[in-house]
Amino acid sequence: MNQNDINNLRGKTAVVGLAESGCGMASGWSAMEIMANSVHDALDDAGIKLNEVDGVFAATAFHSMAAMSLSEYLGLKPKFADGSQIGGSSFLSHILTAALALDAGLINVAVVAYGSNQKSIGGFKTISEAMPYEAQYEPRMPVTAYALAAKRYMHEFRASREDLANVAVSARDWALLNPRAYTYDKGPLTVEDVLSARPIVDPLGKLDCCLVTDGGAAVIMTRSDRAKDTKNTPIYLLGAAMEHHHRMVSEMPDLVRTSAIESSQRAFKMSSYKATDMDTIQLYDAFTINTLLFLEDLGFCKKGEAIELVKNNNIGPSGSLNVNTNGGGLSCVHPGMYGLFVTLEAIRQLRNSAGDNVGERSGGGWIDNAKLSVAHGNGGVLSSQVTNVWGVSETL
Amino acid sequence: MPENLKGLVGPEQQFKNYLSEGKFMIQRCKSLDKFFFHPRVAFPGTGERDLEWVEASGIGTVHSTTCNRRLPEKGGDFNLSLITLDEGPRMMARVEGTEPDKVQIGQKVKARISILNGEPAVIFDILQG
Repeated sequence: MNQNDINNLRGKTAVVGLAESGCGMASGWSAMEIMANSVHDALDDAGIKLNEVDGVFAATAFHSMAAMSLSEYLGLKPKFADGSQIGGSSFLSHILTAALALDAGLINVAVVAYGSNQKSIGGFKTISEAMPYEAQYEPRMPVTAYALAAKRYMHEFRASREDLANVAVSARDWALLNPRAYTYDKGPLTVEDVLSARPIVDPLGKLDCCLVTDGGAAVIMTRSDRAKDTKNTPIYLLGAAMEHHHRMVSEMPDLVRTSAIESSQRAFKMSSYKATDMDTIQLYDAFTINTLLFLEDLGFCKKGEAIELVKNNNIGPSGSLNVNTNGGGLSCVHPGMYGLFVTLEAIRQLRNSAGDNVGERSGGGWIDNAKLSVAHGNGGVLSSQVTNVWGVSETL
Repeated sequence: MPENLKGLVGPEQQFKNYLSEGKFMIQRCKSLDKFFFHPRVAFPGTGERDLEWVEASGIGTVHSTTCNRRLPEKGGDFNLSLITLDEGPRMMARVEGTEPDKVQIGQKVKARISILNGEPAVIFDILQG
């Protein structure tokens, strides 16, 4: 068997239910309770009973053995579980592993879940141990790492803080259309707002950084034959791939090129679609620099050209690219690990377009006729990169 | 390497021991004639184990740099940079001797061993001219 044989995973599995819970502020709720609520709501969405779940996939900043803790809490005895922790992209890799386990017949129904109450218990909660050879210098991780990448990007491509700020402005404009977004009623941002926000780690200011919220999410996956009989529109996993090249930012081979180049190439190849076929583009925007790097690394433009692509609100609701249409980690939700939320948005856009009721949006918040979405996850310090390509049945 | 590792210390401790002696040492793979950082038990990626410690020239170039904002009562702003050593490897460090937000990518820097939070640490100063 060679690596290309994995392409037989294309379209073999689907997400048939999803939910989020406690996004924003959920005082009085534990991370586990938020995660479990998401699972039960996602099962209701799918019309699948709890006792049919035999595969459990989870990661949080609160549980060292999240898949086992979640299984116990739910009262499940899974036949396969995976709590791999590769940071915020973990869930997109769990989706790949779940697809493999479903396709191999190890399990029939998988749940991929996450929960966090970081905001209501005091603020950002890291999942990371101190890094040897770095911690002594007291970097403010993860912000310092992304700031180092942003600074290098600005140097290599003559980019400015305004170029970074354009990303935050567009993300906010999407959030203003999404009642689920934390900043839905906070009004628009200007470039000047972003530039004048409190500096955190130069060149990144507070509004270059993601929100700090509570929140949980879950998706339910089955094989595609079963998916046809569930209550809502199944969304098929057409491609999935991961890669990572470093753990510490000081070991990152190239600060302006991430392993999303490799993960996206293989995911798109498996899907038989290319970046420009995507109707919606959901990128893990923990910081403004992420969106620029991932637009380039996933192939929406050449290296260094994202600064032109994001000008004039071109990735906002009135632009030509539907990027981070929920408002992103910058303006919708970010409970510490954002990966399931790019996934939820990628799938919700397709389900809405297919006629499912997945919530209200103001005009332009739902993309008409969306059939293909890419969800891209990032973890660590631009470290782990995982790309999932999703499509409606006619894209199979 | 003896199976029980007795009587030896790992490369991380060895690196720190050298710093305590006032030496900034990095590892070199003899068969590949290549330096690497951070210290490891074998050459990353290909696993060669014929390693030796060599005193670094201490000369490097700022690859990227940030000013980490911190309240004055907690010590104030400080620089944090990635430095590419003339030997090739890159490392995280602070550049001192100038305002923390005035360090420039491409500047040549020179290492010295200082004390940071009670432990010896490699710190860089900007090389003038």
